[in-house]
Amino acid sequence: MESKTVTRAQLGEAVYQEVGLSRHESAEMVESLLAEISGALQKGEMVKISSFGSFSVRRKGERIGRNPKTGEEVPILPRTVLIFRPSHVLKNRINEGA
Amino acid sequence: MTKSELIQRLAESHPHLYHRDVERIVSTVFDEISSALERGDRVELRGFGTFSVKHREARVGRNPRTGDTVQVAPKTVPFFKTGKQLRDLVNNSSG
Repeated sequence: MESKTVTRAQLGEAVYQEVGLSRHESAEMVESLLAEISGALQKGEMVKISSFGSFSVRRKGERIGRNPKTGEEVPILPRTVLIFRPSHVLKNRINEGA
Repeated sequence: MTKSELIQRLAESHPHLYHRDVERIVSTVFDEISSALERGDRVELRGFGTFSVKHREARVGRNPRTGDTVQVAPKTVPFFKTGKQLRDLVNNSSG
């Protein structure tokens, strides 16, 4: 089975089929949903979607890294990274499909 | 923010929609992503991130408490790679 790529367009189409808004508004709702999640994460909030997974932000302190090509030591600045933890429901769903 | 709070916020910013419809929109989106992953497909949302699955080989693991060796079956796990735009958004807000 070949692997395909699903994009915003298909998510919008699914909303259109399922909910019965116009195609335009369906696409807009997908965008709003992603914007709400992004906004919450930007504020440092954790986003928990039951039976899907949770997104959280984690602060990382400064550490010394190395340029693998030159061997030169470079500081890696403190940063914030985003972590997605899939729920057990999603993990199980994916494994049953495999 | 939980799923119901997400629904609440979307309902507030789209007051012309029925609350019930907003619930269905949110469920449909996550269900569609889950189904794609179940089929082994990728979900690429530019600026937000990409959901995909990764295959893990069978391996011999160890029960950390007893030290017993156990066979760990091969499995497929969901994976999310944050998009550049979201990564920058999260990073710059922390100051």
